[in-house]
Amino acid sequence: MKVIMLGLLNRIILTILISIITTLSFADDQHSHGANTNYLNTDWSFKGIFGTFDRASLQRGYQVYQEVCAGCHSVQHLSYRNLSEKGGPEFSVEEAKAIAAQFEVEDGPNSDGEMFMRPGRLSDKFVKPYPNVQASTAANDGAYPPDMSVLAKARAGGADYIYSLLLGYEEAPAGFELDDGVYYNKYMPGNKIKMSAPISDGLVEYSDGTQATTAQMTKDVTTFLVWVSEPHLESQHRMGFKAIIYLIILFTLVYMSKQKVWSRFGSKKEPEEETYDKVERVVTEYEGEDPKTFK
Amino acid sequence: MSENQYIPKTKLAKWFDSRLPLLSLSHHLKEYPTPKNLNYWWTFGGILTFCLITQIVTGVILGMHYVAHTDHAFESIEHIMRDVNYGWLLRYVHANGASMFFLAVYIHIFRGLYYGSYKAPREVIWIIGVIIYLLMMATAFMGYVLPWGQMSFWGATVITNLFSAIPLIGESITTWLWGGYAVDNPTLTRFYALHYLLPFLIFGLIILHIWALHVPGNNNPTGIDVKKNSNETMPFHPYMVMKDITALLVFIIIFFWFVFFAPNALGHPDNYIEANPLVTPTHIVPEWYLLPFYAILRAIPSKLGGVIFMFAAIFVLVLLPWLDTSKVRSSTFRPLYRKFFWVLVVAVILLGYLGAKPPEGIYLVLSRIATAYYFIHFLILLPVLGRYEKTDQLPMSISDPVLDKPGLIDKFKKAAGQYEGDNVGSFK
Repeated sequence: MKVIMLGLLNRIILTILISIITTLSFADDQHSHGANTNYLNTDWSFKGIFGTFDRASLQRGYQVYQEVCAGCHSVQHLSYRNLSEKGGPEFSVEEAKAIAAQFEVEDGPNSDGEMFMRPGRLSDKFVKPYPNVQASTAANDGAYPPDMSVLAKARAGGADYIYSLLLGYEEAPAGFELDDGVYYNKYMPGNKIKMSAPISDGLVEYSDGTQATTAQMTKDVTTFLVWVSEPHLESQHRMGFKAIIYLIILFTLVYMSKQKVWSRFGSKKEPEEETYDKVERVVTEYEGEDPKTFK
Repeated sequence: MSENQYIPKTKLAKWFDSRLPLLSLSHHLKEYPTPKNLNYWWTFGGILTFCLITQIVTGVILGMHYVAHTDHAFESIEHIMRDVNYGWLLRYVHANGASMFFLAVYIHIFRGLYYGSYKAPREVIWIIGVIIYLLMMATAFMGYVLPWGQMSFWGATVITNLFSAIPLIGESITTWLWGGYAVDNPTLTRFYALHYLLPFLIFGLIILHIWALHVPGNNNPTGIDVKKNSNETMPFHPYMVMKDITALLVFIIIFFWFVFFAPNALGHPDNYIEANPLVTPTHIVPEWYLLPFYAILRAIPSKLGGVIFMFAAIFVLVLLPWLDTSKVRSSTFRPLYRKFFWVLVVAVILLGYLGAKPPEGIYLVLSRIATAYYFIHFLILLPVLGRYEKTDQLPMSISDPVLDKPGLIDKFKKAAGQYEGDNVGSFK
């Protein structure tokens, strides 16, 4: 009776569980409408345990950012010195200094109490295209071009999302209402975006001779933006690999010592011997004889 | 408590120990008898201590670089991530450490539920544990506000607004919590102060938790009392220490995998967008470890009701030692309770899943069912089961269950057969 009840309970619980899982997977399908999350497939060199950045791509990506994006989008948490640091585009210090010097930075106040402009230095943060969010919103028709310092971490889908979005412009399907200055994008949540397609073939001229195709430029600038979000990604991966190898070795040693220490207390045989003792006891009780004759 | 008393070997030790018995304490901790049959689910106490210390150490260093001001908080986090030496490591360890802390505490709690560790004489350990858990949630919630991202701001807004549901004084309480009429700089600074304070309270409670544990001693997988100073127990050091370290290393490997290779997997991307009181995120979700309670909150149609049920979900745990009327501790010997235990596990995981979904349609229906089950489990099933459940035969001691192993019974029969001749039918 008890067994039947337990079996029945098992079956009821299992049925409920399966029906919950099926309804949920059905409901999830229903809810995922709106944004296209099947992002375009690209091989990113920075993904995976050993992921590192492609230096040349980062340098080209910087160029695309500077010539195409920087007009509207700031990267306010990045410094010019980061451009020459290990794990980044690794421009030489001279190149990075030259890049910084192209920009005018406000400094001061000087001894007269006046603010003044001077050429940028390595220690400066990237100069922002607009002084504040309100100014950039006003200049861009009411849509704030987001700061791109941590953009790759601030969007679900990360690099794949940015890459897909930049390549995701197309004609709006028939019947899709678009206001003036709003564009249709496959990957944008809601499909409406105020930024016009920013990248087109041959928009920049790469000094290393790489063909400046739309796909190539998009890939380069996305790589750059991922590095901007995670400037220490390479050392993070390197340290992580070492740490985990070390921990696995340590674990093996500790586990072996633990086994050794525990063997002092109770050997594996002990329970079995105990059982034999018990068997003897039971047999003695049953037989009422001297257990020594047994076994 | 007084298994073998500490005997000072030197005069100095004797002099010191009679004034402050630290040496006796360390002797006690070393010799503390633990049941020899503790399984790896019992290693999470040590793991949790490690988690708390990790959080405090990384947190104190982060506190040296963090700026608790609405204009600078987000920027100072980026400063830590970019410019502070190994700042990214400290922050990722701290952020993922919180998640791992909760992972470990959930395993620890469910282990207690499975093996009946909350039952007499261990009620006080359990209640202190519930208070620690409550403080952990408060600390984690306030810590999540500090980076001042979108989820920080809106999470803080949603959770603090809950108090406004309290009749009459609700609005005043919310204003008092905020230090103003909205979540703003005063809210951030006080959250920072409390986020720094609470871990030390938790630390103190953990000492009480362990103290309360050392009075009756550990429960064990069979749930029956062990005879102290017998071959059923082993000294804490080196046996349990070695076992705890072994488990801890596996835990750290998983922890570090997150830190180095998926540091943002458990967070929400929106928290990398600086807080903006004028833009509400599409879905406001708390961190994963608070989701089951968030689901309960939203399952109840009225705001006040939701708040009451959410808090009741935690406080019902305080009453658990008296709600569970069964005399048998371990589920190993409670066939029915064991089933319902797993149903509870599924219900809580389901609530966690639903907490991340919009509260509509089937999601809402399911979260209501799971919420109902959660309370039925504790308030109805446990008291009733204790009365009517037919539990399995308890073994005489923790080393006894080996007799039940099928292979051993056969061996026994064979041995008896050899002795008796094959006519063992009457022999059992």
